[in-house]
Amino acid sequence: MKKLQFSKICKNFGAVVANDNISLSLGEGEILSLLGENGAGKTTLMNILFGHYISDKGFIEVEGKRLTPGSTKASLDAGIGMVHQHFTLAENLTVLENIILGTEPLSRLWSKKKLAYKKLEALSKRFGLLINPDAKVADLTVGEKQRVEIIKALYRDASILILDEPTAVLTPQETIQLFKVLKEMVNAGLSIMFISHKLNEILEISDRIVVLRHGKLVGEVATKKANKELLAEMMVGHKVTRPAYEKLEIGKAVVELNNVCLNASDGTVGLSNINLKIHEKEIIGLAGVSGNGQFGVASILQGLTHPSSGEFKLFGQSLIKYDPRYLTKSGVARIPEDRSKEGVIGEMALWENFLGEELRSKAKSGFIIDKKKAVNNAEKLIQEYDIRCEGAFASTRLLSGGNIQKLILARSLSNNPRFIIANKPARGLDEGAISFVQHQIINAKTKGAGVLLISEDLDEIFELSDRIAVIFDGKLQGPFDASSLTINQVGLMMSGEMKEGSFNEA
Amino acid sequence: MRLKTRRNTPVWLIAVLPILSILVAFIFGAFFIIWAGESPITAYIALINGALGSSFAITESLTRAIPLIFTGLAAAVAFRAKFWNIGAEGQLYCGAMAATLVGTGMIDLPSIIMIPVLFIAGALAGCLILLLPVFLKTHMKVDEVVTTLLLNFIILLFVNMLLEGPWKDPMAMGWPQAARIIDNGVLPTIVAKSRLHFGIIIALVMSIIMWAILRFTVWGYEIRAVGYNQQASTFYGISINKSVLMVALFSGGLAGMAGVSEVTGLKGYLTLTLSPGFGYTGIAVAMLAQLHPIGVIVSAIFLASIYVGADAMSRTVDIPNYIADILVAISLLSVLVGSMLARFRIVWGK
Repeated sequence: MKKLQFSKICKNFGAVVANDNISLSLGEGEILSLLGENGAGKTTLMNILFGHYISDKGFIEVEGKRLTPGSTKASLDAGIGMVHQHFTLAENLTVLENIILGTEPLSRLWSKKKLAYKKLEALSKRFGLLINPDAKVADLTVGEKQRVEIIKALYRDASILILDEPTAVLTPQETIQLFKVLKEMVNAGLSIMFISHKLNEILEISDRIVVLRHGKLVGEVATKKANKELLAEMMVGHKVTRPAYEKLEIGKAVVELNNVCLNASDGTVGLSNINLKIHEKEIIGLAGVSGNGQFGVASILQGLTHPSSGEFKLFGQSLIKYDPRYLTKSGVARIPEDRSKEGVIGEMALWENFLGEELRSKAKSGFIIDKKKAVNNAEKLIQEYDIRCEGAFASTRLLSGGNIQKLILARSLSNNPRFIIANKPARGLDEGAISFVQHQIINAKTKGAGVLLISEDLDEIFELSDRIAVIFDGKLQGPFDASSLTINQVGLMMSGEMKEGSFNEA
Repeated sequence: MRLKTRRNTPVWLIAVLPILSILVAFIFGAFFIIWAGESPITAYIALINGALGSSFAITESLTRAIPLIFTGLAAAVAFRAKFWNIGAEGQLYCGAMAATLVGTGMIDLPSIIMIPVLFIAGALAGCLILLLPVFLKTHMKVDEVVTTLLLNFIILLFVNMLLEGPWKDPMAMGWPQAARIIDNGVLPTIVAKSRLHFGIIIALVMSIIMWAILRFTVWGYEIRAVGYNQQASTFYGISINKSVLMVALFSGGLAGMAGVSEVTGLKGYLTLTLSPGFGYTGIAVAMLAQLHPIGVIVSAIFLASIYVGADAMSRTVDIPNYIADILVAISLLSVLVGSMLARFRIVWGK
């Protein structure tokens, strides 16, 4: 018997077909990967499973029994557990408290902590999910928080586990650890649905792969018979070419950081003695687990903060007082980490966001906005970069993530920058958009720009970078020649191991 | 039931919204009038007559609208940047104090210079008093709602002290009021046999100036940007602190001008009854106008008409004049609900 069976699920939102006649099943002890671009209908399907939406047609069965539509409680009772991409934990409570939260009747005045302890211990042992039940969640690492989420689902006797992009926040080592745990769980008879767009991981972990595109189920393959190219093509609908890496003769230094330090503030890690030199026609990949000082490096290079000590040299000149406007004007392209919150102002029109960075320098006598010119420029760039929108006057919040990123790229790269600081430029985008972003960055490099690419995606770092540096706890290792490194070595450095001795420093 | 973001809001909806809100307010207001034992139709006729029924009524409504345009602009420009200046009432009195200080004999210049000098002095006073909350906000993250609101009471008590003490006009038969503004500082009336004074022209010009600044200039862009999204504004190189300071100067200045206009145009001297809460009503004016400077003119005239009309109504029909406050409050609430409905659609079911 199938553990979980979706039968002919249809769901429309107005004219948008989110799920079109989707049927799929999950067997006992199976890991099924659900693959699809943003907007392919993965989230809608999961929301139907959890009773957040009711499907227009079709039904879901768990172990042969119909699931009551539209009831989260019914889904939980049926043994479905979900680990969200964004954790749903109370930071100020302990692990144990988080796990029993919501499982106990309100009418009881005290909680049965002892019993919970025992159950938790049994679970940890059984699946190798080691965790201190009394630790405060706020003190845990990201990987540990995820473990708590998984235990939370298991604690409620979940027999079907849905993992939504679980590796997005993990180091390669933590990912390996997670995969071990997942294998343990399927061996014990649990069924797992793994949602991701990282092809390598899907190929590694799953037994079977189901691909969604534009709300339709477009393919189903046994993992053994699948490969990366095939999956990418199924997902996008046509062949996808990632840009080919090409080594170029490097030019003059565009950016130099000499002994740059930054004091820690507001919960962000500081920087200690960062030394980094970026040249024309090269891409330096900065790898690291989020929150290890990338924010500080990006902030300094984007003009949002100043080093507390040390020197920042741009195009050979030592900068003392500078701000984002100065950097933009001198030829720095800035691609922010959070494209929709930091990169654009959603409530403003596209043409206003195109103007954003150059507001003052492009205004008539520095004060009156030259709207006509700005709108013309916006329309030109919308065409050139194929930004899907309702025109220059449309509200920017209506754009998809990929199109917002195109806007940001168009804005910063159309000025032929000499230095590009790109902070996670491809994160959360679909295959088509990622390929576009990477092509743009490679093109800029060919035209002579130096690039600092900050990313958590090691595949991306290795595909694009000439040299790779790793940041951990505010300290930088490298950069090293990309060809002299393996993903594994970078992964170790990301978790703090010093490997300097064994490499030739480039 | 849940909310869905509308992809775009039709322009006609934005225009019709305030009108619908006002209709809703009148419908709800009718219940209170019935409760008070009168026919809503008679009452509303009396109200409309009192506000717009004669040329005198119209000039009275417009006169009442003048300070509301100033304070409405003060709130609108500040709220655009999400700087919550609730202190227009205090800033209004600061403007009035400055006008009194300069205009009661300190200097005497021809009207054409004297009047601008008084307005500039009042605007400066309004700005200056706002610097304190701005400093506390930008340097110590103190919430400006609290500081600007509390400053109102401090300023009012200070005015009270002046009027009972050093500034008390000995010729005023014991009333707590300051000396009269000298003749050259008094705003001329612009309609014969009415109280409608030149302040209305200044208010209209200020509305147009603020509209132009917000729409066409770098400042306007920065004010709106900071109001929408501080993180992206910072990324664009806009200094949040500088923008907040700029907005505060506009806002405080406009509120200060309201005080000058009342002292030099209407009363002729400073008293504690100079403003029956114009600073607070300005917030309602701005919200009703959806923070649009030209909309402020319309909504200020509308609210002024309700207040003036309600006064007249309470004289002819036996209904207390605070029905006006009820009408204003309900129309404000309906505008808030309405503007939410303009951005979101309610979807029934899942």
